[in-house]
Amino acid sequence: MNTEPDLPANHDEARRNFLKQSSLLTALALVPGPVVEAAAQNLDERVASAFEKVPLKLEINGKKFKLDVEPRTTLLDLLREQLHLTGTKKGCDYGQCGACTVHVDGQRVNSCLSFAVMHEGKKITTIEGLADGDKLHPMQAAFVKHDGFQCGYCTPGQIMSAVACVREGHAGSEAEIREYMSGNICRCGAYTNIVAAIQEVKNGGQKV
Amino acid sequence: MKPQDKHIGGTLNRVDGHLKVTGAATYSAEYELPGMSYAVLVGSTIAKGRIKSIDARAAERAPGVLAVITHFNSPKVPGFTPTGKDPSQPQTVGGRLKVFHDDLVRFNDQPIAVVVADTLERARFAARLVKAEYAAEKHETDMSAGLKQAFVPTQAKKNPKSPVADYVRGTADAYKTGTRRLEAEYIIPTEVHHPMELQSIIAHWEAPDRLTLYDKTQGTLATRRDFAKEWNLPEENVKVIATFVGGAFGNALHSWPHESAAIIAAKKVNRPVKLVLTREQMTTMVGYRPHTWQKIGMSASADGKITAITHEATGQTSSYEEFTESTVQQTRMMYESPNVNTRYRLAALDVSTPIWMRGPGEATGAFALESAMDEMAYLLNLDPLEFRLRNYTDKDPENGKPWSSKFLKECYQMGAERIGWNKRQLKPGSLRDGEWLVGYGMGVGTFGAHRGSSKANVRLLPNGTVVLQSAVTDIGPGTGTAMTQIAADALGLPPDKIRFEWGNSQFAQAPTQGGSAIVNTVGPAVQEACMAMKEKLRTMAGASNAAFASARKEEVVFADTYLTLNGNPGARASYADLLKQTDGGFVTVESKPNGENNQKYSMYSFSVHFAEVRVNPLTGEVRVSKLVSCADAGTIVNQKTAGNQMKGGAVGGIGMALMEAAVMDDRFGRYVTKDLADYHVPVQADAPAVDVLFVNQPDPHVNALGTKGIGEIAIIGVAPAIANAVFNATGKRIRELPITPDKLV
Repeated sequence: MNTEPDLPANHDEARRNFLKQSSLLTALALVPGPVVEAAAQNLDERVASAFEKVPLKLEINGKKFKLDVEPRTTLLDLLREQLHLTGTKKGCDYGQCGACTVHVDGQRVNSCLSFAVMHEGKKITTIEGLADGDKLHPMQAAFVKHDGFQCGYCTPGQIMSAVACVREGHAGSEAEIREYMSGNICRCGAYTNIVAAIQEVKNGGQKV
Repeated sequence: MKPQDKHIGGTLNRVDGHLKVTGAATYSAEYELPGMSYAVLVGSTIAKGRIKSIDARAAERAPGVLAVITHFNSPKVPGFTPTGKDPSQPQTVGGRLKVFHDDLVRFNDQPIAVVVADTLERARFAARLVKAEYAAEKHETDMSAGLKQAFVPTQAKKNPKSPVADYVRGTADAYKTGTRRLEAEYIIPTEVHHPMELQSIIAHWEAPDRLTLYDKTQGTLATRRDFAKEWNLPEENVKVIATFVGGAFGNALHSWPHESAAIIAAKKVNRPVKLVLTREQMTTMVGYRPHTWQKIGMSASADGKITAITHEATGQTSSYEEFTESTVQQTRMMYESPNVNTRYRLAALDVSTPIWMRGPGEATGAFALESAMDEMAYLLNLDPLEFRLRNYTDKDPENGKPWSSKFLKECYQMGAERIGWNKRQLKPGSLRDGEWLVGYGMGVGTFGAHRGSSKANVRLLPNGTVVLQSAVTDIGPGTGTAMTQIAADALGLPPDKIRFEWGNSQFAQAPTQGGSAIVNTVGPAVQEACMAMKEKLRTMAGASNAAFASARKEEVVFADTYLTLNGNPGARASYADLLKQTDGGFVTVESKPNGENNQKYSMYSFSVHFAEVRVNPLTGEVRVSKLVSCADAGTIVNQKTAGNQMKGGAVGGIGMALMEAAVMDDRFGRYVTKDLADYHVPVQADAPAVDVLFVNQPDPHVNALGTKGIGEIAIIGVAPAIANAVFNATGKRIRELPITPDKLV
């Protein structure tokens, strides 16, 4: 299953490793000037940036981004660590808890399970993009009113899922809501209140 | 309506609700600091032995890596002084794990290295390149082996009055001579807290002797104390921020290896270091509810009076730290019985240290006691509710003291009515709904109504806003909201004029959030601080205004920008003028525990849970179709958040009863349930609509608010209620949790 080699086999990484090793371990005494200079100028990092990263265009919460990301960066880590959109939460990193749920072109997606580069040209909506300025989205308002959370950590994912659940037409009954919201774990156990919030939005007739 | 009754008892929406639903609430891994670096832990792959070597060369050469720290090159932590013992001997009473301190491996996945890099991806990649060689020793992670070497906790040896010391009322083991008696063993597996937020910390050395931690902790001051000690720093040099805590349920009550590791790493790389555990590491190194074996012996008279109870319990702990909990406490005080004795022991295994998990020992103990109560009721051919009523106590049988308040009978009545207890059939297996067998069960919970000491800091701003500050954390119960309500009533102000700030070790002293004690403890401090500020302002206004000088503080009214008096709107003192006379307008008040009352009364919260279950006799599937939880928790400050907390406890109880178990592969001493696909917690579809009922009678002795605490009693007693309902449905008594389908078919 694990086919990752012990050492990077990739040519560019090997080259950088040479630079690094040379500069850090033996540079001063043994290697010629250009290598020392290259290391000093962070050339290895610049080479890495050029070879390891790929260009990516995304629209996030209505804002267009032109990014360079590593292919191995998940959408979740891109949002949280590079764009500082920390409303999307990391709860497991394995697609088991739903805390990282975002909308990709309107579909709910576990952002921890998808690489950022898979979403070229797509529209991403995160919890930060749900409200209309200061006006809460009806689902956000219903979560506050029904106390659909305690610690609040799963809440962004719950709300993104809840909005999708209503849009998908899967909020017809309490049982249906419970089934279609079962991918979002709330360890505080605010499930009953979450259902109440979703039902209110579903029955309220507001645009979701 | 009196102004002081306006908000306490109401349904105020959470004051931080807006932040939580918009993604603006900042949890510990979400602070941005310049030069942030990322740490990933490398865990041991053996459970016991020594580290022979660690090859970190590949990791060190990997792109972006700033440091690979092991015990070979770790900066020296001054608090990790040598124990002076033979290091080849395991410690039996010890302290927290000393990370990267020596070559000893004490549990599987113990951190043996930390890799720090400039990005998360690079740190994660490089961490996989670290290779260790071990001299493995034979480990023991099997509880059945541990039970054979169970020992009396040191705490019990030192203090015979400790809750974990042996206890005897009347004659020990008197049940053995009873004519109607039972003896049964009950087992709970290791359960894991698994809050949704992974344990996270950002460690930042702002100067060589000044440390700031953005940390997931339930106690900012406890964390500050631990790491100030570890680094031999004055406590004021360590700042701990925990404004939002994404659930914890007890696992942030202790300082853990990853916190030490992040601090060491930040020292080494001289940059802020962010460390977020993986879900597997949440299982292996930040505590759990310990695997516990219990035995109950009970005898009763023909008329349904308990004549003796013996409760024995042995809980798992680690080889390097003794963890104890009050597993047998409920047995000592819940029912009238002339003969009661308890024995609590520990079994040290090659595992990481457990920690209190919601409703700590009591939830474990209640599974045994309340299951046994049900078994005895059947033996006596009595309704289990009637059996409990016949053994109800009007004073604490453990010490003879009166209860500060007890409305458990009222809870029984309310709950029985709501669940439809009269539908229950005494004979198991006699109710059906289509193919499903239907059963009813009940379980009782109790937890001490603890009140500690706390300070609260309050000040008035010129715009009439009142700011309160407390070091307390809010892990989800809604502490900030409850304190806002308490302050609003104390000051006669609307809640939006109150700003309660929490989760910072530099704020006024408050206890660690745990043990259902926060409203009991911080609530009175907030209330008293507000009253003191009112009096201080009145006195100050009185210096130049006779009306204020002769007024009582109860008459003081906070208007928009000035202070006035009830019935004398002409009396005015502007906030701006008053604040000129003070240094920032701070008032700090210390609220002490009620020492005298603690001596006079026994103080407990009580709960009862009623469950209706459906069991499919072919598949063994158990569905909890209805749960009613009733609580005698004193004054309910916020019906909405308190109700939510009760519902959440009930859901936790469903997990405990039906699905939660950390499964150890004893061959390797490693858990196989390493994520949420293997370790099952209740999801939406597992949870019924939980009905919550509060007696809502103030306790006259715990504090002036009348509160007793909710968090623990919300879960204590739920698991036995479900287990008893399963018996009622099927006639099968499951004494080892969780009640999975294989045990029923």
